[in-house]
Amino acid sequence: MKINDAVFGLLLLLLGGAILVVVQGYPKIPGQQVGPALFPGLIAVGLCVGGVLLMVRGWRDRAASAWLRFDDWVRSPRHLLACALVVASPVFYMLASEKLGFLITSTLTLAVLMWSLRVPTGRSVLIAVIATLVIHTAFYKLLRVPLPWGVLTPYAW
Amino acid sequence: MSSALAQAFSMVFDPFTLLVMVLASLYGLFVGAVPGLSATMAVALLVPITFFMAPIPAIAAMVTATAMAIFSGDIPGCLLRIPGTPASAAYTDEAFAMTRKGLAEQALGAGLVFSAVGGLFGTAVLIVAAPALADFALNFSSFEYFWLVLLGLTCAVFITSDRPLKGLVTLLLGLLVACVGLGNPAGFPRFTFGNTEMTGGIGMIPMMIGMFAISEVIRFAVDTLPPAELVIDKVGSVLKGQWGLAKKYPVQILRGSILGTAVGALPGAGADIAAWMSYAMSKKFSKEPEKFGTGHVEGIVESGSANNSALAGAWIPALVFGIPGDSITAIVIGVLYMKNLNPGPTLFTTNPQNIYAVFMLFILANIIMIPLGILCIKVSKRILKVPRNVLMPLILMFCVVGAFAINNSLFDVGVMLVAGVVAYVLEENKFPIAPAILGVVLGGMLEENFITSMIKSDGNLMGFVSRPIAASLAVVTLLVWTWPLIRRALRIKPAL
Repeated sequence: MKINDAVFGLLLLLLGGAILVVVQGYPKIPGQQVGPALFPGLIAVGLCVGGVLLMVRGWRDRAASAWLRFDDWVRSPRHLLACALVVASPVFYMLASEKLGFLITSTLTLAVLMWSLRVPTGRSVLIAVIATLVIHTAFYKLLRVPLPWGVLTPYAW
Repeated sequence: MSSALAQAFSMVFDPFTLLVMVLASLYGLFVGAVPGLSATMAVALLVPITFFMAPIPAIAAMVTATAMAIFSGDIPGCLLRIPGTPASAAYTDEAFAMTRKGLAEQALGAGLVFSAVGGLFGTAVLIVAAPALADFALNFSSFEYFWLVLLGLTCAVFITSDRPLKGLVTLLLGLLVACVGLGNPAGFPRFTFGNTEMTGGIGMIPMMIGMFAISEVIRFAVDTLPPAELVIDKVGSVLKGQWGLAKKYPVQILRGSILGTAVGALPGAGADIAAWMSYAMSKKFSKEPEKFGTGHVEGIVESGSANNSALAGAWIPALVFGIPGDSITAIVIGVLYMKNLNPGPTLFTTNPQNIYAVFMLFILANIIMIPLGILCIKVSKRILKVPRNVLMPLILMFCVVGAFAINNSLFDVGVMLVAGVVAYVLEENKFPIAPAILGVVLGGMLEENFITSMIKSDGNLMGFVSRPIAASLAVVTLLVWTWPLIRRALRIKPAL
């Protein structure tokens, strides 16, 4: 995904501007010239300057670089799906792990991800189950990380 | 000193530490040899595990894994023409050309032996330079630290990146991330959006796992290139003829090691930049520059020593000032803070045994690299056949659990994902990532020293340059900033 520098520049300018507005509301420290607003304020000024420079550069190059250009993978449904699933997996984990528990969430995620990357279905499921058990043993048993049990709580070991 | 040395010795040669080193070696060799998994990623994935270890085994794991990964990154470069880690990219074409000529053994052997030599050279410099610098740095006040951090960040943007504007932008984004939370001199919650998770700031470790591991998984998922084919069946003895190479190219080895250590010590530039610069230098000073690119071992000898020496070089500013020399030490500094081994000159006086132990770990790691490396080359055919479509989902799940494990918080999983996606998009658009990491790691230190200095000098900016060392650092910093303008004014052609 290639984005023209000007687009980044605009985003940075907006970000810098928003920070400048937010830090106006930060308190002053009595008896000091420097408060919590100074440092982020300086960064915001830098972001605005960088943003403007990038916009100028992107505008100059606009003939050579499109505003937004997608690479080959966007036209390949398989790669598109794999990319979407990679990004969706952590989100799914955040939403589901407390309810479903680690074992189910991880097995599902791994199996679907592998399947989307063209690992044969049977092997995907098998590896997903084994890997989940290994990760669970390593982190839950050995390192004592409280991975959630969710619906499997009555069967926790 | 002798009791500290003895203590360090017993910590390093503890059976558990040694076991950790062997396992970390195998892990590092594997990660380095699989294309698309970098040495930095190896460290980022190790953090959740080292989190639960004592400091010395934790450092041992990181030191060994990175040393091995930087070497084994040469293997797929040589056999598949795909660098295993970015640090091998500089001479991948050269190594592959050697394989084509039937010289794969020599290329791999040179990579291995001179990696170890370079690594030991860098370690020697670390051992000599770090304590001396620490002694010197004991007198530093907030003014010196302010300029030192600023100089480090400046180097990361201007020297080590060919796109200063984009580097500056990512640096500012990194500094901005460091502003989030209560951790500022005023103790005022900034940019928390009323979220309690964010008052503690954005977790550095989940963010780095995202930037270095999740971004690679995304890159793999969208990779449309067909897999590369192995061109040879069997790799023979790799040590044969290496002594001859060492006698033929002593200057190259020394030059590569010196350049590598120096580049490593510069903040923001690590093994990959060291290898590129060193390969270019080797070609420039070679008696047979026309042979470069056709399967000539000279450049591999020089840049192979450079990338491993850079690893040790990067630890010099990291241990003495808490300023990371590369992305790997940026993660290491995060771990050191978690272990209450805050880097800085006092670490050398209050806990010398830990420093000695680090030195010993480096020496040991570079020595065991040779036998384990030979082993790795022997089984490389199998490693290169590991199905990455199985490996990448496993890495993803490991990242999720690892990010969660640091604080047992799902919020950190989100931080990891966002950092990964942002890093991927930025890198796709040629924004360098190293300045952002430095910004995140050093943001707090920069602000704290800035505010303290402002208060001490009563808001008078002249106070920042009234001490001699502070003034010198200020001059150097300003010179680096204005160098492009000066160069244009003087019409000097770029050296690189």
